[in-house]
This record gives sequence, structure tokens and C-alpha cells, in this order.
Amino acid sequence: MTRPDHVGPGLGFTFDGRRIHHRPGQTVGAALVEHDILAWRTTRHDGRPRGLFCGIGVCFDCLVTVDGIPNQRACVVLADEVEEITTQSGSGHDRLALRDPADD
Amino acid sequence: MAADASPFEVLCNILLSIAPMARGRGVITKSEKGERMGRVVVIGAGIVGAACTWYAAHAGWEVVLVDRGRPGAGTTSRGEGNLLVSDKGDGPELDLMRLSRRLWLELGDHLGRDRLELDEKGGLVVATSDAGLAGLRTFAAGQRAAGVDAIDVATAGDLRRLEPLLSDRLPGGVLYPEDLQVQPVLAADALVAGARQRGASTRFGVEVEGAVTSGGRLTGVRLVGGEVLGADAVVNAAGTWGGEVGVRLGAPIPVLPRRGFILVTEPVGPLVRHKVYTAEYVDNVASNDAALQTSTVVESTRGGTILIGASRERVGYDAGMSPEVVARLAAGAVEIFPFLRRVDLLRVYRGFRPYCPDHLPVIGPDPRVPGVIHACGHEGAGIGLAAATGYLVARYLDGGPMPDEVPVSAFVPDRFAEVSV
Repeated sequence: MTRPDHVGPGLGFTFDGRRIHHRPGQTVGAALVEHDILAWRTTRHDGRPRGLFCGIGVCFDCLVTVDGIPNQRACVVLADEVEEITTQSGSGHDRLALRDPADD
Repeated sequence: MAADASPFEVLCNILLSIAPMARGRGVITKSEKGERMGRVVVIGAGIVGAACTWYAAHAGWEVVLVDRGRPGAGTTSRGEGNLLVSDKGDGPELDLMRLSRRLWLELGDHLGRDRLELDEKGGLVVATSDAGLAGLRTFAAGQRAAGVDAIDVATAGDLRRLEPLLSDRLPGGVLYPEDLQVQPVLAADALVAGARQRGASTRFGVEVEGAVTSGGRLTGVRLVGGEVLGADAVVNAAGTWGGEVGVRLGAPIPVLPRRGFILVTEPVGPLVRHKVYTAEYVDNVASNDAALQTSTVVESTRGGTILIGASRERVGYDAGMSPEVVARLAAGAVEIFPFLRRVDLLRVYRGFRPYCPDHLPVIGPDPRVPGVIHACGHEGAGIGLAAATGYLVARYLDGGPMPDEVPVSAFVPDRFAEVSV
């Protein structure tokens, strides 16, 4: 696989803390694959790895946490619009089980 | 026979009359059956028709289950799968539900609880105000006197021990350990599969056009297209469409649609442990108001989603989306479970409960057309009441005996004033 032609240091997001550069107009999923990152979440029941499958927004296999919001489709989220991508395990909502003081 | 909606509306305004006791009245006696195995056509492959098919097949009847669509595709697939004693006060429906609860647990042991997603999760009814809590306590005291297990939950702290993510602004509630949940489509499928092993057959994608009679007695049903299915008895288990099927069989009963919406969240895991609902739900269930009513009902599913209900409105068969209902249900759920504010909705579904004007199902032989047995009109309680309904229908087919613990006369179609077809 050829490395992307980065157009500048301004285009990028972090993936679990690692800096990922991307092309203008590229989706998060495409940018990750271009960096040889093929899986970014684990399934709810068996903890199996998942990444792009359909690549066109239909199958919901490529879910990822985008700027703190879980279950976003990496294949349709534009990389220009995000700052921080984090891998997701299970439903991505583990922290909901911890009571949030803001709710009281 | 032409379908005409107006008789239903007329029926709903007619006062109910108490029918003579139906105990032991059989549709066909053993001697009439003779050497031949009796044949029953069950119309409607929802949860109630599936249960009727199961119990009739196990009683030795040759059952043909027919549906114009697919099994479990109507109202059965549009609810939450509630088997509730908690929303029923002392009376015939509570008696029927308690029988049904025992039968569901038996069915679960027989068919496999996991296969049905049968869960003894219990219900937790919460009050949102002190006045609401007082009313709930009074209601629960009446249920306890009738033998229901209803445990007062005195404080917000006690509520939180049962449901850690509940709002701390709720004054208290009542815990009902006997409430159960099943996955209705899986349950219907399992009952049909079990009945087939006992010789029942199924015909899906066919519609019943009318009854075939001889000397005033039913001898079969005619399908759209002209085919006749011979039968000694026919069971009207068409749910919300049981009114229309009743008309086609010459035995109209007043069943009307009462629309309900359910919201489905993204999967979050089992964060809600019980079926949790607000005390207003009981009042809404019992109301005859046609206008929109909402109360808050929240529960987790095995799949990890959370289901949020419940709305009731009489708008005919209008299946349109209603942003107003969705917004009200979501706001109600966030009020009692604030964490839901941070959870997305995946989708919304809606369906039509089979509503009778006195909120009781219609179960029993129709005296106007010997051979017709009704088993429909369960409103929002059809999943819970399905097992007992199927059991009663099998007893009616056999000519009794009827179970002592259920006042079966409360459910017979004779209770509605006679109307001409």
C-alpha cells in the first residue's frame, strides 16, 4: 500500500492518542484503513474485532467513538470534522453504568 | 360479506350485559366427534392464535392455523412482551393473568426459557409525586388483598438499590416480583413449532372470507379465492382485526384499534433491571379516552436495547409517525432515568392494540354461530394473557371442564348486547 500524500500538518485527528493525517474530504474509516488500521472496535457479546465492512453507511459494523460520542459510523464521518477518535469496546456505553452526578 | 366500520362504533356505545354462566359449555361434544379427530381452524397466527393452536393440538385436535400474513407479524411484534400482574386490580383479568403466568412458566420450562427470552425480572412501579405514591399504595394494598406479591419501596434510596440509575427525585414505588417478560415473536414461533410437532398445520398468506354453515352450525371457513377448509370449530384469534373477522363469520364483536408507540434505543446493555413504569400507566390502561395519553414504561431487552413506551390513542389504523408522541415518551423516560439523555434512539415502532370497550378480552363460544369461538380483544395484555386464553379455548373445544380459578363468564362474547350483522 502506498502512503498517502499528506497535504499539510493541519489535516489530522488523533486515534487513541496517535496522530493520523488524512486527505481533504476523506472519511475517518478511509483514513484509518490508509494507515493500515483495520479494526477499531470489539463486538458486544464476543469481543471480536471490527472495522470497515460495507463502507457505505449501511451495515453499522465500523462503529467508533468520535469526540466522545460512541457508535458513530467511521465510513460516513468526515475526518475534517473530528478531533479525537477512540476505539470502542462493546456498546461503547460502559460508562453509563456509572451514575453521573450531573443527573442528580 | 362487506366490511363496514360503523357497527363497531355502534357496539362500543352499547351497555354491556352480563351473560349467563358459560361454564362447561362445549362447542362440540365427544359423541359428535365420534371416531374422527375433530378439526379446528385457528384464524390469526399472533401470540394468542399460536397459544390456541398449541393447547388445542395438545388436547388432540387437528388444528389448521391460518393467517393472511406471517406468524407474529401483527400486534405481537409491536409490543414489549409484558406478562404483568402489576397493572391489574382485583377482578377477572387478574385471575386470568395469574393462571396465564403459571402456564407461561410451564411453557418456558417445556420449550426452553432462553428460546422465549422468558425473564422473571419483576416489575417496579414508581411514583413521580407524593400524591401519585399515595394512589399507588392504595392500589397495591387492594392487589395484596387479592394475593398479589406487591412490596412497598419506601424511599428513593430503596428504589436506587433496586435500580441504580433511577432518578433520585422519585418518592417511592412498589415492587412486583411476579411480573415477567418474554420476546413475543420468539414465543409465538416456538408455540407454533411445538404445535406442528403435535400434528398442527399452518397456512400463511391466506385470508378468511366467511363461514360455511349447515343448519345454522359452522362446518368450515371459505378463503378468499374460494377454497373451503372444513372444520368442526373455528377460533377467531385475529387480534385487533378480530372485529372484522367476527363480521365475516357472522359473529361481530366490538374490537377497535388503540395505537401505541415504542421507542428503541441503541444497545447499551442491561442497565435497567426491572420493567419500570410510572403509576400513571395503570390509569391510562383503564381509560376509555380516545385522545392521546402517555405514561412512562422503560425496560431493557436481551439484545441490549432499551424499550420506551407507552402511548395510547384511538386514531383508527393510522400508522403515521407522530413526532409529538415520540417527544413525550422520550421526555418521560429521561425524567425517571436521566442517563437516557446520553443515549440515542435507533428507531420507533407502532402498532394497534385490540381494544374492547370494557378492557376485557373476548374468550368463548359465540351463541349466534355455533362452532365459532372468539379469542381476541386483549388490548395491551395479549402476550401475558395468551397462554391462559389458549388453555381456555382448548377447554371450550373439549366441552370443559373450565378452571375454577377463572370467572370465564366475564370474557364470553354474550356480554355484549346483541347486534344484527
